Amino acid sequence: MQQTNPEKQCSRNRLNQSSFIHYFLVFNVWLLIFSDPAYAELTIDPLDSPGWKTVHKVILANEEVVFDDRVEVIVPAVAEDPLQVPVSVRVEGIGHIEEIRVFADLNPIQKILNFHPGKIEPFIAFRFKVQQSTPVRAAARTADGVWHVGGQWLDATGGGCTAPSVGRGLANWRETLGNVKSRLWSRTDQPDRLRFRIMHPMDTGLAAGIPAFYIEVLELKDSHGDLLAQIQSYQPVSENPFFSVDLQSSQFQGLILTGRDNNGNLINQALK
Amino acid sequence: MKISINCIDASDGKISGIIKVFVSSLVHFIFFVCLSQTSLASELDYGLVAEPVAKGTYAFIGSTKYFSKNNGGNIVNTAYIVTDEGVIVIDTGPSYRYGKQMREYIEASTALPIIKVFITHHHPDHFLGNKAFADVPITTLAGVVDGIKRQGDAFTDNLYVLIGDWMKETEVYIPTEVISPGKISIGGHEIEIIALDGHTHSDMVILDHTTGMLFTGDLVFHDRTPALANANIEHWLSSLSRLQTLNYTYLIPGHGPITNNEHPMKQTSDYLSWLRTTLEQALTNGLTMPEALEMELPQSFRDLDILQEEYKRAVLQLYPRMEQHYFDK
Repeated sequence: MQQTNPEKQCSRNRLNQSSFIHYFLVFNVWLLIFSDPAYAELTIDPLDSPGWKTVHKVILANEEVVFDDRVEVIVPAVAEDPLQVPVSVRVEGIGHIEEIRVFADLNPIQKILNFHPGKIEPFIAFRFKVQQSTPVRAAARTADGVWHVGGQWLDATGGGCTAPSVGRGLANWRETLGNVKSRLWSRTDQPDRLRFRIMHPMDTGLAAGIPAFYIEVLELKDSHGDLLAQIQSYQPVSENPFFSVDLQSSQFQGLILTGRDNNGNLINQALK
Repeated sequence: MKISINCIDASDGKISGIIKVFVSSLVHFIFFVCLSQTSLASELDYGLVAEPVAKGTYAFIGSTKYFSKNNGGNIVNTAYIVTDEGVIVIDTGPSYRYGKQMREYIEASTALPIIKVFITHHHPDHFLGNKAFADVPITTLAGVVDGIKRQGDAFTDNLYVLIGDWMKETEVYIPTEVISPGKISIGGHEIEIIALDGHTHSDMVILDHTTGMLFTGDLVFHDRTPALANANIEHWLSSLSRLQTLNYTYLIPGHGPITNNEHPMKQTSDYLSWLRTTLEQALTNGLTMPEALEMELPQSFRDLDILQEEYKRAVLQLYPRMEQHYFDK
């Protein structure tokens, strides 16, 4: 594989160059799958992305990875609004998950969010900004240190990352900065859920004259102040971010959200 | 010495041979490129044929699909009325090329001049052919002019991406004349301009009392899933109730086939009501946007073309707004 520049490559055609090697590898992988039906994990990038090598190095420090459908990433096929692309990540059936990293190979800022599910479900949904068509991936680390990677291609006409936040145009964004609103759902046939919204411009620093200004860390704590889960967010997370996570309704009592942005503004709010 | 000269001669000959092959293949390449360009240009023909609807009234009925390089954006209905004084055009299509071909067709079919163009709303498939009618008064509601000024360029950029070369020479051409709702008389036709909203913030409906033709713009979709990019469902539903009180003989919807009954109005309002209820329920049940996107759609809407596609677009457009509202409560 040649070294690629993720911001300039225009994606899917490039693997044709080494199509023989590619098909040979695919054939071998299929052999592997058919010879051992339990081992449904791939070791070459099923999304054929020119940026995979780079993100593997930058985001996952070249650590061991397997491509795994049990890391379910849902994004729409087409980003109708590049400033508000919904994504959800759910990991099921591979045991305890220590950390989930969400990233987009071909975005100018590839890191989107790291999620440490801790004592809640390995599920998170939110919205983010994209600049162009890109794979959107989640890597889930199991206790053995292996990253299980799932993902999908997202088609986008672009412009999300270099556009200023909408709220910047409103006079009162400073007054609402860091405000949190939340809702809890006890549900019968599905996991119980927490959804919360934080008012914040989430500026990427890529729009002319506006420095990066974004929430860096959020912590969900129980009534004793013990950590339930942690989110490290990066510039691509959408303005006034909305997060959805799943937890037990027994954990609802006394939930607290704390956090901080890159300018040191603090967030501290009881959730109900 | 002799040997070395021979060597030089030989290699010279080889080099000039390579150059010859290179030049001739370059010439062939340029020739084929030119040839393919010419044939490409002549292929980009919308093949517009007007359907007669009533005396002097004709409509160009487009596909019920989404914009693509195959259809060149001809997914829309446009129309014209031949009056005693001249021709009234209603909407100009998705591109300059469409507008031009529409105009050529109309001018070949009548000796009367085109005297007026009406634009029903500010969506790109309805007004981007305007430039082909630059010498004619292009008339619409003030709200539509505002919409074109605000979003016209972004719509145009997006269509260049979606339909490519069909858009050649297309640019935003802002309507030149603002009209207020009410009745006007043109060439023996009594025409009523009705100002409504819901599909966009400003939707113009045209009722020709002389022939009974109702041109609804995109307030009515027929056998095609409504598009909600700039929609307000509440306003749209009340506009549809208002339309149902009008007297007309034929209804020309913004998208889909012409009818003489209110079926497409009911189809449009049923879908909108269902969509509103479904998304509100999703929100109160705590569903995320990806979960709302993946929901199964009812069989009752199977007559609506590109249902999955438009439903997903509607969720992407409406759900974030609804969530903000829900959390602000």
